[in-house]
Amino acid sequence: MADLSINFAGIRAPNPFWLASAPPTNTGAQVIRAFEHGWGGAVWKTIGPPVLNISNRYGGLSIGGQRLLAINNVELISDRPIEVNLREIAEVKRLFPDRALIVSAMVDADPLAWREIVMRIEDTGADGIELNYGCPQGMSERGMGAAVGQVPEMCELNTYWVTSVTKLLVIVKLTPNVTHIVDPAHAALKGGAHALSLINTINSVMSVDLDTLQITPNIGGRGTHGGYAGPAVKPIALNMLSELMTDAEVLRSGVPICGMGGIVTWRDAAEFLLLGAGAVQVCTAAMHYGYRIVEDMIDGLSNWMDDKGFASVGDVVGRSLPQLSTFGQLDLSYQAVARIDPDKCIQCNLCYVACNDTAHQCIDLTTPGGLRVDPGFDPRVNGKAVADTRPMPVVREADCVGCALCANVCPVDHCITMVSVPSGRESVTWDELSARQPAVTQQWGAMEAYREDVGIEIH
Amino acid sequence: MTAFEHPSAPDLSAPTQSSSGSTWQELLPPMSAHEAAVEANRCLYCYDAPCLQACPTHIDIPTFIRKIGTGNLRGSARTILEANFLGGTCARVCPVQELCEGACVLGKDHTPIQIGRLQRYAVDHVQERGVQLFQPGTPTGKSVAVVGSGPAGISAAAELAKAGHAVTLLEKREQAGGLSTYGIVSLREPIEIAQREVQALIDLGVDVQTGRELTGKADLDILLHDHDAVFLALGLGAVPAMGVPGEEHLIDGLDFIEQAKLHPETLLYSLKTVVIGAGNTAIDAATMARRAGAEVLVVYRRTEAEMTAYRHEYEFALHEGIAFTFLTQPVEVVSHGGKVTGLKCVKMALGAPDASGRPRPQPVPGSEFILDCDQVISAIGQEKPDLAKLLGLELEGGYIKVNHDLQTSLPRVWAGGDGVRLRGSASTVMAVQDGKIAAAGIHAALGAGEVGGGKWEVGTPQTS
Repeated sequence: MADLSINFAGIRAPNPFWLASAPPTNTGAQVIRAFEHGWGGAVWKTIGPPVLNISNRYGGLSIGGQRLLAINNVELISDRPIEVNLREIAEVKRLFPDRALIVSAMVDADPLAWREIVMRIEDTGADGIELNYGCPQGMSERGMGAAVGQVPEMCELNTYWVTSVTKLLVIVKLTPNVTHIVDPAHAALKGGAHALSLINTINSVMSVDLDTLQITPNIGGRGTHGGYAGPAVKPIALNMLSELMTDAEVLRSGVPICGMGGIVTWRDAAEFLLLGAGAVQVCTAAMHYGYRIVEDMIDGLSNWMDDKGFASVGDVVGRSLPQLSTFGQLDLSYQAVARIDPDKCIQCNLCYVACNDTAHQCIDLTTPGGLRVDPGFDPRVNGKAVADTRPMPVVREADCVGCALCANVCPVDHCITMVSVPSGRESVTWDELSARQPAVTQQWGAMEAYREDVGIEIH
Repeated sequence: MTAFEHPSAPDLSAPTQSSSGSTWQELLPPMSAHEAAVEANRCLYCYDAPCLQACPTHIDIPTFIRKIGTGNLRGSARTILEANFLGGTCARVCPVQELCEGACVLGKDHTPIQIGRLQRYAVDHVQERGVQLFQPGTPTGKSVAVVGSGPAGISAAAELAKAGHAVTLLEKREQAGGLSTYGIVSLREPIEIAQREVQALIDLGVDVQTGRELTGKADLDILLHDHDAVFLALGLGAVPAMGVPGEEHLIDGLDFIEQAKLHPETLLYSLKTVVIGAGNTAIDAATMARRAGAEVLVVYRRTEAEMTAYRHEYEFALHEGIAFTFLTQPVEVVSHGGKVTGLKCVKMALGAPDASGRPRPQPVPGSEFILDCDQVISAIGQEKPDLAKLLGLELEGGYIKVNHDLQTSLPRVWAGGDGVRLRGSASTVMAVQDGKIAAAGIHAALGAGEVGGGKWEVGTPQTS
C-alpha cells in the first residue's frame, strides 16, 4: 500500500486531496462532513469584507448530454459573518488535527486590514492562509481578487503585508486571467509567499439561452461574466503549472505548488502530481457529485501508485517534468504514423472522413480483398449484411504525416496507435537548425533545398 | 405436461387503452426527451454509415440522429420523411434487428443505437403537432392514379405529389392505409399512426378515394384513359385455404388481427387457441390471442430452423408465454355442434430438400393426435394477387412481373409492394422503397424530369 500522506510546506495531511476554497467549504458542518468522507484537507471559503450574493449563481456547460463539463459562477466570497466562520474554523481544526485546514482570505489593499484578518485567522489554529488573488467576478471590481493577482506589484505588496506579520504558512493563489503566469508568481515569491496555488477560475460568459435570448445565468434579466472551472479547464491548469515548474526562479525558491483546475478523478490528480504539484484541490467535481468522490480518489491513486511501484506521493511529484520541453527543443526527425488494428476497427470510418476532409488525405477505404474504393453504396442493396462487406480504413503510411487526428477521433480504445517509425534522418531540433543553418529557418528557398537534401517530402 | 402448459406464463393483465383511445398500448413506450438525447448522443455519427446502407429506403440515419442531439427535431423528421414518407410506421414495424440496427457498428460489442425508437421520437414530434414539412410541387399538368393505399401506394403518391403531379389514390376498403391500418397489431402500430400518414398525403393535395375497388381490365382502361400513368400497389390476398376437413371453422389470421385492432370487443372468448404457421403474421395473431386471454399454441409443420418469422419475433412470442410445437401438420379441424373442440394433427419428419431448398416435411404414418382447443387461426401466408391476372398483367411466380424500374408488361402501368415481391421479404419498408422507385420511373417517363431535378435519383447515397 502506497503512502499517500504529504508534507506540503510543513503542513501534514493524510492524503493530497484538499477541497478548494469554494461553496463546498462554506461552513463548519460541511467541512466536518467532508473530513468524515476522507478529504485530506480543506481551504475554507474566502473570508473578507461584507458581501451580498445574488440568485442564479451558476451556469453549467453540457456537451452531448454530459453535465457540468464546466461551471461558471457569479458567487462572491463568504457572505456569513466573519466571527461565525472563525469560530467554526477553530472548532473543525480542534476536531480534525490531522487534516490540513487553510483559510482563504481577501481584504482591501490595506496593510492594516490584512494585519487584522491575519491575526484573527492565527487565533483559530488553522494551518495556513491562502491569499485569494484570483476571483475574477464581483470582488475584482472592488479592487480585490483578480485585480490584485493581475498586477504583479500589487501581488507582491499585498503578500508582503501578510508574510511580514504572521508565522502562518502563506499560500498565494494565482489567477489564470493573465498573459504570463510567471510574472505574478515571481511577485508572490518576492512578497515572501511560502507556497503557490493555481488556477483560480477563468473569466467567462457561460451561454445565451436560445429561447429567451437571456445571458446564463440569468440574474433578474441581466447577466455578467463569471469564473469558469471544471473538467474543461484542466489542460489550461496543467499548462500553467508546467510554466511555473519549469521556471528557474520558481524552482530556485523551492516553494511547493498546490494544483487545481478541473480535477474530477484520481487520474486527473495524478497528472497534476506528475507535473510537480505537491497537493491538489478539488471543487467542481465535489459540487457535482458530493464529498463521497474522495473515496475513489484515494483508492484509485493508491492502486495506481502500487501498480507503478511508487511508495509515496513524493515519488510521484514532478516525475514527468523532465519531459517538458519547448517547441524549439523537439526532435524534428521523430516520425510516427497511424496504424489501424483491423481486428479492433468497427468501421465507423470517422478516421477516414477526419483525415480526408481536414488532415492529409492518407486513409483509404479498402475492400476485404485490398481494393481501394470510394465511399458510397449500391442503393438497391440493403439489410444488415451490408455491414459484413463494409470497406475498412487503411492508412497509406508513406503519406501519413503522423498528425494523430485519426487516433483522437477513433471511438475504440487502442484501435489506432501512433507507431514510431525510423525517418532515416539525423536527429535535429529547430533551435539547433536555426543556430547551424540560419538561412534554412528564415528563407523559403533555403528551406526547400534543406528538405530536398535531408529527404523531407511535403504532400 | 400438455403442449399448452407453459412453465412461466406471464400474468396477463386486461387490455389497456392508449391515450388515443385504441385498445392495447404500443409495446414500446415513446422515448422521453432525456432518453432520446442520451441515446442520440451515444450515436457515433459514422461516415458512410452501415445503418443508412442497410435501410431499404436509405434514410440518412446518422444525420437525423445528430439533429435529435442538437435539438433540431423538425429537421430530423424532415431528414427521415424525405427518404421515407412512412417514417412513423417504419419506426414501429420495421425489423430493425435485420436492417439498420443489425448493421450498427456498436452492435458488435455493445448495444446498437435504438434507431427505430429515435425515428419514432422525431417523426411523432412533428406529426403530433401537425407540422407540415412538405408542399406539393409546381403543377406539371400530368395526372397519375395509384391503386391501393398501403405503404407502397402512399409512398408513391407522396413522391409524385411532391413532384407536382395530380395524384388520385384509390382504396377499396373504407379506410386508407392498407396493412398499416388493418394488418399491423396495435401493440406495434396504433391505427392513428397510419391515419396520420394518410392525412399527410391529403395535405399534399392527393385525392384519396376510399371504397373504390379495381375489379378488372375495364376499370384499368378507364384509369389509363383518365390518367397519364397508373401505379398498382395491390398487395396480396387472403390466407390460402388449407384443404382440410373443417376448413370453414378456420379463422383467417389477417382477419383476426384486424378484428383485434379495430373491434377487440367482438373477439370470440377463447381459452385455448391454436395458430397454424410460423411466419410473422402467425406470431402477431398468436400475440393478440394471448393478450386477449387465451393459452396459445403455434403449430408448424417444419422445425424451428425453418421458421420464417424473424428470430426476435419468435423470442418475443416465447416471452409472451406462447407455446410452439414443431413438425406438426394439421389435418382436420374437429368440431362439435358448430363449435371447435380440437385440431387433429399428424407428426412430421424432415425428408429431402424441396423446391425452396428446405428439407421437405413428410407425415409420419399413424402419428395422428388431437390438440384440444376452441379456436384455430390460420396464418400460412397470403394468396398471390388474383386481380393481376384479370388485368392482363404478365406474371412471374404468381407475382406481377416488373422490370428494374417497377414497370409492368402493360404500357404506362407500374406496380410495387408485396404484389411484386418475388424475391426478398415482404415488408413495409420494402414497399415504401418500391413506391419511391416507381414514382421516380413514372416521373421520368412523364417527361417532367426537370421538375424534381436530381432529387429523383432514387436512393442516391446522401453522404458521399
